[in-house]
Amino acid sequence: MFKLMLTIAALLLPGVALAADSVALSSTVFVEKTIADSGGKAKVTLYEPKVVTPGDRLVFILNYQNRGLAAANNFVVTNPLPSAVAYQGTADASAEVSIDGGKIWGILALLKVADGPSKWRSARPEDVTHVRWTMKQAIPAGAQGKLSFRGIVR
Amino acid sequence: MEQGTHWSIINVRLSRVVPLIIASATIGFSAPAMAVGTAAGTTISNTATASYTDPGGNPVSVPSNKVDIVVDELLDVTVATADAGDIVVTPGSTNQVLSFNVTNTGNGSEAFRLTPTSTVGGDQFDPTTTSVVLDTNGNGVYDAGVDTVYTPGANDPVLAPDASIRVFVLSSIPAGRNDTDRGIVELTAAATTGTGAPGTTFAGQGQGGGNAVVGATGADGTDRGRYIVQNATITFVKSATVADPFGGTTSVPGSIITYTLVATISGSGTLTNAAIGDPIPVGTTYQIGSITLQGSPLTDATDGDAGSFAANSINVGLGSVTGGQTRTVTFRTRIN
Repeated sequence: MFKLMLTIAALLLPGVALAADSVALSSTVFVEKTIADSGGKAKVTLYEPKVVTPGDRLVFILNYQNRGLAAANNFVVTNPLPSAVAYQGTADASAEVSIDGGKIWGILALLKVADGPSKWRSARPEDVTHVRWTMKQAIPAGAQGKLSFRGIVR
Repeated sequence: MEQGTHWSIINVRLSRVVPLIIASATIGFSAPAMAVGTAAGTTISNTATASYTDPGGNPVSVPSNKVDIVVDELLDVTVATADAGDIVVTPGSTNQVLSFNVTNTGNGSEAFRLTPTSTVGGDQFDPTTTSVVLDTNGNGVYDAGVDTVYTPGANDPVLAPDASIRVFVLSSIPAGRNDTDRGIVELTAAATTGTGAPGTTFAGQGQGGGNAVVGATGADGTDRGRYIVQNATITFVKSATVADPFGGTTSVPGSIITYTLVATISGSGTLTNAAIGDPIPVGTTYQIGSITLQGSPLTDATDGDAGSFAANSINVGLGSVTGGQTRTVTFRTRIN
């Protein structure tokens, strides 16, 4: 499945619009469906949907590319979650999330949510409002990369 | 969250569980998600932003393209009986009311076709369904002449996501049924857009321009309501003891006969307005003030108490008596 995702991502790269900016960012959303093949074996497929239904599992893929001649420093990619999507995590350990619209950031396990007047509970994935990646190193000219996270249609 | 390639498999397994977690998380918190999911026709738009500083140290912000996805309409409905238990009926009665709740558990506004069925197994008789009535005044109780009679195709109830309507099914109970006989009626509600296996798609028929997709319920739901017959029957046993004027038990003029009438009420129902009447035998004379019920004396006058003596008969009203009880009446006569 991962191979499939990478293949699709590679296909998408040429589609990244040439902007005046030296960095290009493209967003793609896939639906992940498990369907039984002719042999009755469950098979996971990804496709770009026009429509979804509540409960559908989404994979968000962000491709970035530095098309400029100089390195891009302090590179940060931020993706606010559409309100109809519940965050389901990312395989990328460097990602931080926010549960308050982008004011406070951190690792999900460390964030707390008000639960009544004077109680707090640990944040859950569905509390996430934003996800972001902060690159420790500058993106050299010509470099590119891919980020992804998962969500589920509420 | 380093989960490697197993990650997707774990998540696929979780897919049925996750929506439940979301539903519980929304209770009491600010998250506005509905229990049934995002409303049909909602557009999910995703845009990310890259920000960096250029070689001159200036901050730059670059948006991604925007991805728009429309949320389809899920067709889901549940039907649940609203009766706390079996509805008690008597044979031959009419307009006996079963109550159901029909709930749109989909994410779009949808009309539902209602169908009662009384020919189901597992019961002793088939009630005759005479009408289906919508609780138009929303008080949860059947109001004859106030609530609207349902006609399939004419006034199929249209329910918003999460909305419910109370539906009444009225039936006649066949005569001659025995005590504790049950009759079952099923009520089915089906989305008028269509039903089928989960995932069945009705292109372009969803609210908001998307497709209508059959959800986990199959876009129809059914539940059962039950009638139970409660009957009561009464049987009498009459006995007599004789006391002669000499301390013996011979039947001679002047002997006093004490009659005891035991009424046994059986069945699961209640006998209403039961009464015991017994004429005084020829050749004997009723002893004034001798009627008792359950050992307590009753007066002979037709008055507030249950007993009376008139037209040479004793009469004792028993009122309402539930099955499994007995009533004992005694009175005395003297041999002329």
